[in-house]
Amino acid sequence: MGKHKTPMLDELEKGPWPSFVSDIKQQAEKGKQALKDAPDDLLGVMELSYKDKVTHWKHGGIVGVFGYGGGVIGRYCDQPEKFPGVAHFHTMRVNQPASKFYSTKFLRDLCNLWERYGSGLTNMHGSTGDIIFLGTTTDNLERVFYDMTHELNQDLGGSGSNLRTPSCCVGLARCEWACYDTEEACHELTMEYQDELHRPAFPYKFKFKFDGCPNGCVAAIARADMSVIGTWKDDIRIDQAAVKAYVGGEIKPNGGAHAGKDWGKFDIVEEVVRLCPTGCMSWDGSTLKINNRECTRCMHCLNVMPRALRPGTETGASILFGAKAPILEGAQLSTLTIPFIRMEPPFEELKELVNKVWDWWMEEGKNRERLGELIQRESFQKFLEIMELSPDPRMVSEPRSNPYIFWKEEEVEGGWTRDIKDFRAKHQR
Amino acid sequence: MPTLEIEGRTFEVDEDGFLQDPALWNEEVARLFAKSEGIAEMTEEHWKVVNYVRNYYLEFNIAPMVRKLCKDTGFKLKKIYDLFPSGPAKGACKVAGLPKPTGCV
Ligand code: SF4
Ligand code: SF4
Repeated sequence: MGKHKTPMLDELEKGPWPSFVSDIKQQAEKGKQALKDAPDDLLGVMELSYKDKVTHWKHGGIVGVFGYGGGVIGRYCDQPEKFPGVAHFHTMRVNQPASKFYSTKFLRDLCNLWERYGSGLTNMHGSTGDIIFLGTTTDNLERVFYDMTHELNQDLGGSGSNLRTPSCCVGLARCEWACYDTEEACHELTMEYQDELHRPAFPYKFKFKFDGCPNGCVAAIARADMSVIGTWKDDIRIDQAAVKAYVGGEIKPNGGAHAGKDWGKFDIVEEVVRLCPTGCMSWDGSTLKINNRECTRCMHCLNVMPRALRPGTETGASILFGAKAPILEGAQLSTLTIPFIRMEPPFEELKELVNKVWDWWMEEGKNRERLGELIQRESFQKFLEIMELSPDPRMVSEPRSNPYIFWKEEEVEGGWTRDIKDFRAKHQR
Repeated sequence: MPTLEIEGRTFEVDEDGFLQDPALWNEEVARLFAKSEGIAEMTEEHWKVVNYVRNYYLEFNIAPMVRKLCKDTGFKLKKIYDLFPSGPAKGACKVAGLPKPTGCV
């Protein structure tokens, strides 16, 4: 029985699913954390919020560690007498290792550190990718920071109007589809942009995310201001013998992911060819053909038959800009800007792009305006001009129906002053 | 209401240590608050930033954006952090006696 009665939260422990309420109770019982009452009082204040239907956290505070402007989010409870354990409950964001590879020792060390100075409660991971330490007091911030950087060789992540902690998919470390080394790219750009990561000076947040292929395991296209998505230039590699093995049932489709239910015999036409979004595949009963010029790298066929189909060998990445969650405008995916660049360390070409984008956004962006919103406000055309790129049909989803590229006066013969009567005489409406 | 005690003087501050009553601010108060932000001595360069932030606030009722602060003072962001280790928002604004900035600096 905890310190507070929490009948509503207790409901969340029922059923077969993991429960954060049980997790917090477990920490309360374990009791090794420096902020003794934090887990109990956290449950208490949450129960009260459920009852009152309003949050009991105040609007964010400004706390931090010396030398950094981000990485710590100040949090205070508006009922500190009732819940002293969470009167101060600051969050620290810790830069996760590339692809989130850990040794169990490292995880233990992290947890021990946080029990030593905080509530012992963590969130693995926050939606940007960071390891989140939940809940400590202002006095303890420098202590956590010192031990974390000196003993664990680990850094804080980003928060506020700065570069947020870059994140990447598992990439070449384990995944056969990776078209470039996402971990290397993520690490290199993290190191290059330490100032931007720790010292907020942007109009608003900026995120890099690195997906090794269009499967998008870190959802770069949906969530990053700059999305780097692996792709290939040449043809999908086809092993026709393996295709036949899929058709014959010797190899299970989707790596066997549909086990546990009988979906019937694998039908290559229904399950692959006809689901190709661009209709660029054909199967004549013995050979699978792909018209690679039309393939949009959607990954569907490769996902279904990974042993028969593999990405090409001329690999790199597409760069897209401007995704964001709904704020002023609705949610937005990023827009293809660079169809293909090679991705080799030290990624100079990529850095040049980043610098151009930032120069523009920092100059023109309004307070709290994401890059995607600035592009919307100033037009994609303007963005291309800044990036010194020419419009390309690949930047629009249907080149003949939504060409949002407009001509400028100097690009049109005769400018805007042509004689419309003369023109109509030759060309009827 | 939390209080901050520096060299025998007590100030009412918010949880983050920002001065509650802006009317109490003067150069002496700034010097005292600087100590709490890890600044041993206020140099001319510190004053340049503090006065800029304070005047901007008095004129526009809001803290300046970081890049504006850098541009107008001619200090690079790194220099600002050298001067104010806790950064422009928590450091410079606090010393300049501004209320807690709301996400600008
Ligand atoms: S995004 Fe692609 S390369 Fe990266 S882990 Fe997912 S499937 Fe593999
Ligand atoms: S990757 Fe997608 S678009 Fe390309 S051939 Fe396969 S199913 Fe078609």
